[in-house]
Amino acid sequence: MLSITGLYSGYGHIEALHGIDMELAAGEIVALIGANGAGKTTLLMTICGKPRASQGSIRFDGEDITDWPSFRIARRGIAHAPEGRRIFPRMSVRENLQMGAVAGNQQHFASDLERVLSLFPRLGERLQQRGGTLSGGEQQMLAIGRALMGRPRLLLLDEPSLGLAPLVVRQIFEIIADINRSHGVTVFLVEQNAFHALRLAQRAYVMVNGRITLQGSGSQLLADPAVRAAYLEGGHGVATPPAEPAP
Amino acid sequence: MRPNLRGMVKDSLAAAIVAALLAVPLLGFHLSGSAQGLTLDYRFGWVAIASLAVFCGRLALSLAGTAVGRSLRRRRQVVLPLSGRPSRIRPAVGWALVAVALLLPWTPLADRNLIDKATLLLIYIMLGWGLNIVVGLAGLLDLGYVAFYAVGAYCYALVSQQFGLSFWLCLPLAGALSASFGVLLGFPVLRLRGDYLAIVTLGFGEIVRVVLLNWQDVTNGPIGISGIARPTFFGLPLLASVPGRTTFHEFFGLPFSTDHRIYFLYYLILALALATNLFTLRIRRLPIGRAWEALREDETACRSLGIDPTKTKLSAFALGAMFAGFAGSFFATRQGFISPESFTFIESAIILAIVVLGGMGSQIGIVLAAVLLVGLPEWFRDLQQYRMLAFGGAMVVIMLWRPRGLLASREPTVRLAERPATLDAAGEVLP
Repeated sequence: MLSITGLYSGYGHIEALHGIDMELAAGEIVALIGANGAGKTTLLMTICGKPRASQGSIRFDGEDITDWPSFRIARRGIAHAPEGRRIFPRMSVRENLQMGAVAGNQQHFASDLERVLSLFPRLGERLQQRGGTLSGGEQQMLAIGRALMGRPRLLLLDEPSLGLAPLVVRQIFEIIADINRSHGVTVFLVEQNAFHALRLAQRAYVMVNGRITLQGSGSQLLADPAVRAAYLEGGHGVATPPAEPAP
Repeated sequence: MRPNLRGMVKDSLAAAIVAALLAVPLLGFHLSGSAQGLTLDYRFGWVAIASLAVFCGRLALSLAGTAVGRSLRRRRQVVLPLSGRPSRIRPAVGWALVAVALLLPWTPLADRNLIDKATLLLIYIMLGWGLNIVVGLAGLLDLGYVAFYAVGAYCYALVSQQFGLSFWLCLPLAGALSASFGVLLGFPVLRLRGDYLAIVTLGFGEIVRVVLLNWQDVTNGPIGISGIARPTFFGLPLLASVPGRTTFHEFFGLPFSTDHRIYFLYYLILALALATNLFTLRIRRLPIGRAWEALREDETACRSLGIDPTKTKLSAFALGAMFAGFAGSFFATRQGFISPESFTFIESAIILAIVVLGGMGSQIGIVLAAVLLVGLPEWFRDLQQYRMLAFGGAMVVIMLWRPRGLLASREPTVRLAERPATLDAAGEVLP
C-alpha cells in the first residue's frame, strides 16, 4: 500500500532521515519506535508532504506522491493525527469533526459522524463543547476521530499516548486496534511507548538517528534483547538509544 | 498584600522620564510665524508640567491598580467558557439593533445630521464586517484594507463617468474588480504570516494610494474626481428636476426635499451592510467558512486534513475585498467626489481597530466598536483637538479592560437542541 524507498528528508540543511526503506501492506498495523529526535515524526511528516523529501520516493497504491502538496495527499486517503494532537481549540467538537470531513465525501458526513461517534462515544457527549476544553485523552480521541472523518485508507498516528494516563493509553490503543480490525484502515503508528506499540502492531521498525536499524514482527522485537534494553526495561533507556544495534 | 510603594515610585519616575523625553520635541519647541519669519520659542515649563502629570497619573494608577487590577485579572482568566452552549441573548440583540436601524429615520430624533452620521457609521460597520472575513475569520492580518475600498470607489467613479453606467450596474463591477485586487494581493502573501504579512499588506495599501495619486491621466491625481453620478431610486433620480426624466418626488407626488436622498442613502448602506453580515453569518456554516476559521487556528493541521490553504486564503482575501469594493462605490456615490486623501493608512488602521476591538470574529462586537471608534468621535466633534486624546484613552482603557475585544467569545456555527436528537438526525439522513 505504502512503499518508501531510499528516503532522505530534513529541515533546511539539517538532514533528519538518511535513506529510509519501508513497506506497508494493506490492513496492517505497523509501529515505528525510537528515541526522541530519531526522526520518527519527520518521517510521518515527509509522508504527508511537508517537509519535502530531498531524495527517494514515496508511493501510495502505486502512485508516486513524493512531490504532491499535503492537502492532495490527505485527499488521496492518508490521514494524519499529528503530534501534539493539533485540534482546533476554539471550534466545537462537532466543527472539528466537520473539518476532518473535508477530505472525504460530504454526502457521507452523517454516516461518517455516526461511525466515529460509535468508536468514541465520549465525543458524542461533548459535541457542543469547544475542543480546547476537552481533557488530554478526549483531545486525542478527537484528533483520531477527525482524521477518520475523511474515510482514509491509511491512518498515520504520531504518539497517540503522549501525556496520557496509563488507563487512557490502554483505551486509545484498544480503539486503534478496533479501527484497524473492523474498519479495515491500515495504521502506521509512531510511538515512544514501545511496549504498547509492539504489542499492538503486527510488524514494527526501530529507528535510530534517521535510519531503520531493526525490523520484524511485533512479538519478535518485544523479545529482542537490544530492544528490551533500549526501550522497554523500566523505560530508563528510552532517552538514550543504543550505539548501533546489530540488525 | 501590601502595595510595594518604592517600586511604584520607581516605575512612575521611569514613566515620567519617558514622558519628558517625548515632550521635549513635542511640547518644548514651538515655532511661531511673525513678520521677521519663523521664530523658535522654548516652552520647558510645559515639559515639566507634562512629566509631572505623567508621574502623578502613573502613581495614582498603580495605587488604584492593586485593587482594580486583581479583579481585572480574575476576569481575564475566563477565556473559554466550559460549556459551548450558544447564548440566546446575542441573536436577540442583533435583531433589536436591526430594528433600531430600520426605524431610526422615522423617530422624532432623526434629522439630516443624525442620518448623515449614521450613514457614515454604517460604512465603517460594513467595512469592519468585510475586513472581519479576512482578519477575524481567516486570521490574516491585513493593514491595507483601504486599498480595496479605494479600488471600489474609483471603479464606480470612472466607469460611471466614462461609460455612463448606473450605480446598480457598477456595484457588482466594483466588487469584482476589488475581489481581483484581493487575489492580486493574496498571491504574494500566501507564505507570509504575522508581522511579515502585516508589512506587505501595509505596503500594498500604500502602493494603491500612490498610484491613484500619480496616475494623473486616469485618476486625475491629487485633484480627485468630482461630479460623480448620484444613485437613482431604481432609475428615478433623487434631484429637483431632470429634463426629460421623471424624478423621485415627481413620481411619488411628494414635494421635493434633499432629505430624500439622505434617507435613501441611509437605507442603501444599511441594506449593503446587512447583506455583508448575512453573507458572513451564512458562509461561516459552509465548508469554506469553517476552513477559514480552522486555518486561523492551525494551518498545519488544516493541510493534513486535506484543505488547500492557497484556495482558502485567496478566497478570504477576494471576498473580504469584494465587500470593501461595494462600500467604496457607495462612498463614491454618496460623496460625489473622491480623491486619494480619503484612502490613507489611518482609514485601514481604524477599520482594523474596529475588528480587533470588537473581538475578532464577532459581528455584533464590530457594531459596538464602530459606534465607539467612529460614532462617538463624530458626535463629539465639539471636543475638537481633545478628540484624538479621548480616542487614544478609550483604546487604552478597552485593551486593559477587555484585552480580547469587546465580545471575544466565539459562537459555534452549529446549534443543536439535544445530543440524542442529533444522533437520531444523523441516522435519519442515512439512506
